[in-house]
Amino acid sequence: MAKAVHTTKVIHAMFDDDHRLLEAAKHLVSKGIRIKDVYSPFPIHGLDPVIGIKRTRMAIVAFMFGSMGLFLALLGMWYFMIYDWPMNIGGKPSFSLLENLPAFIPVTFEFTVFCAAHGMAITYMLRNGTLPGMPAVNPDPRTTDDKFVMEITDVENPGLSSADLGEMLKAAGAIEINEKNLTAI
Amino acid sequence: MHKEAAIREPLILGNKTYHDITNDVVGPIENKAPLAWYVLISIAGLIALWGLGCIVYLISTGIGVWGLNKTVGWAWDITNFVWWVGIGHAGTLISAVLLLFRQKWRMAINRSAEAMTIFAVMMAALFPGIHMGRIWLAYWVLPLPNTFGSLWVNFNSPLLWDVFAISTYFSVSLVFWYIGLIPDFATIRDRMTTPISKKIYSLLSFGWSGRAKNWTRFEEVSLVLAGLATPLVFSVHSIVSMDFATSVIPGWHTTIFPPYFVSGAVFSGFAMVLTLLLIMRKVMKLENYITRKHVEYMNIVIIVTGSIVGVAYLTELFISWYSGVEYESYAFINRFSGPYLLAYWAMMTCDVISPQLFWFKKIRTNFTATFILSIVVNIGMWFERFVIIVTSLHRDYVPSSWSMFYPTWVDVGIFIGTIGIFFTLFLLFARFFPVLALNELKTILKVSGESYKKEDHH
Repeated sequence: MAKAVHTTKVIHAMFDDDHRLLEAAKHLVSKGIRIKDVYSPFPIHGLDPVIGIKRTRMAIVAFMFGSMGLFLALLGMWYFMIYDWPMNIGGKPSFSLLENLPAFIPVTFEFTVFCAAHGMAITYMLRNGTLPGMPAVNPDPRTTDDKFVMEITDVENPGLSSADLGEMLKAAGAIEINEKNLTAI
Repeated sequence: MHKEAAIREPLILGNKTYHDITNDVVGPIENKAPLAWYVLISIAGLIALWGLGCIVYLISTGIGVWGLNKTVGWAWDITNFVWWVGIGHAGTLISAVLLLFRQKWRMAINRSAEAMTIFAVMMAALFPGIHMGRIWLAYWVLPLPNTFGSLWVNFNSPLLWDVFAISTYFSVSLVFWYIGLIPDFATIRDRMTTPISKKIYSLLSFGWSGRAKNWTRFEEVSLVLAGLATPLVFSVHSIVSMDFATSVIPGWHTTIFPPYFVSGAVFSGFAMVLTLLLIMRKVMKLENYITRKHVEYMNIVIIVTGSIVGVAYLTELFISWYSGVEYESYAFINRFSGPYLLAYWAMMTCDVISPQLFWFKKIRTNFTATFILSIVVNIGMWFERFVIIVTSLHRDYVPSSWSMFYPTWVDVGIFIGTIGIFFTLFLLFARFFPVLALNELKTILKVSGESYKKEDHH
């Protein structure tokens, strides 16, 4: 195909301090530069609103899975104990779900927690793309130790020369700047 | 940035940088294990093998090889079960409850405390399993369609509640622990040089890269899991206590059991955390992270929970007299003056008197004293469960069926064996896993690190 293949540039600016990176991010964003991502060895508080990351919905996921667990537990116990084979246990017969509810609360609670925790954990793994056998994509091995890397692409920042950007990053305290050419389709 | 009062003692001592924290924790994994580790794991491994042998003998012969009889149907097995579950509770309390209360000192101890939780719950779950006698029918505790006309399990029974509580507790603790471990495994992965260990740690780290969005999710998931694990940890030991409290056995039929068991669990769990960490900080040179202040904080938790346990013992005793129920009164008279009086007074001394020593600052900040008392507390807590279970059962309503329980070598062997298995697992954890939560410690370095605090002050 004759479609033009153009290259995209990715710039990785490395910082050795989380606070300096945060200040640099604020400065760059105020200049209208879009930051694609930040790789860090621990969460940097206050960074998300600066680089435009929305609040995660993981808590909502947990609530939904929890509600599902609550419903399934009650449905199951109603079916096993009330509908399918009601038994008279120690003179405490099983006539209706409501009458037996006090005895069903522990299992209902446990199953709610079970579904909420595991449902959320699985969603978390899938959304993060952290699953057994997945390759790591951090640009530098030091980002899981004590270095912080800011990722800026020229696709998101058209018209910005890498020389200008490099100077800005240097001024903001970057200790290393690496440019990579990625071939895009 | 979060600020901390200057008079608050630093949580990370010395002049540390982020890189130093990584070095201090990952270093022992990269280097050769010290001789002491090989010695310890050989001893623990041998005891574990002995325990496994006893279990095989028990399962192949039948639970008649235990000292149980017609009157005393629960003894060491269920004592051990409750003891191990109780020990597990400290890990979840540290990682979940202290997270909700924003206690930063938890960060140095939560990883190993959670590991302890998981191994302790594994040991606990073993006992009801082998107590069934025919362990190959263990799946009968699940509500599965079956060939008996689809006869379901009894959801009114506390024993079934226990199945759900323990399995939820174990699996949720495991997930909580592993989610925290993933970023730290990534740190180890990026440092490893030999191809095999690099491969293993890449597999364990699930490809974690530390993107900003991943961290946001990480923190939210940790918070929600803490919120879920907090009521869970209280429910688990409450349900364990209901195994006893919902029966009509004098000495068991008590409404104070749930809070009494939960505080007892936290009490013994913190003692076990101290036993393990006091050795670990020394052997792995983590004195700058697990400081005297950390030990003092844990000892304060021990005073609080130990005192609750003490009040519960005395309340129980008082109510047995005040209720005017002769069976209830006798159960307690028999406890403190009957054939098992030694166990009762051992429990009283170890659990009620010994933790009160921690009111003295000299004692609660002394490592040797803490280490000795932490073991004393756990001995006492074992006796507590033994006293509750065996003394309530061995003299029941009909004096003609009264009997005694004496442990056999299989009872003793399996109990000692679980201690061996537990320590083997913990030693393996200490050798190959990051024993401190690296990613969490780094977030408090600038706030609670000694050198940073000094700079801030001047």
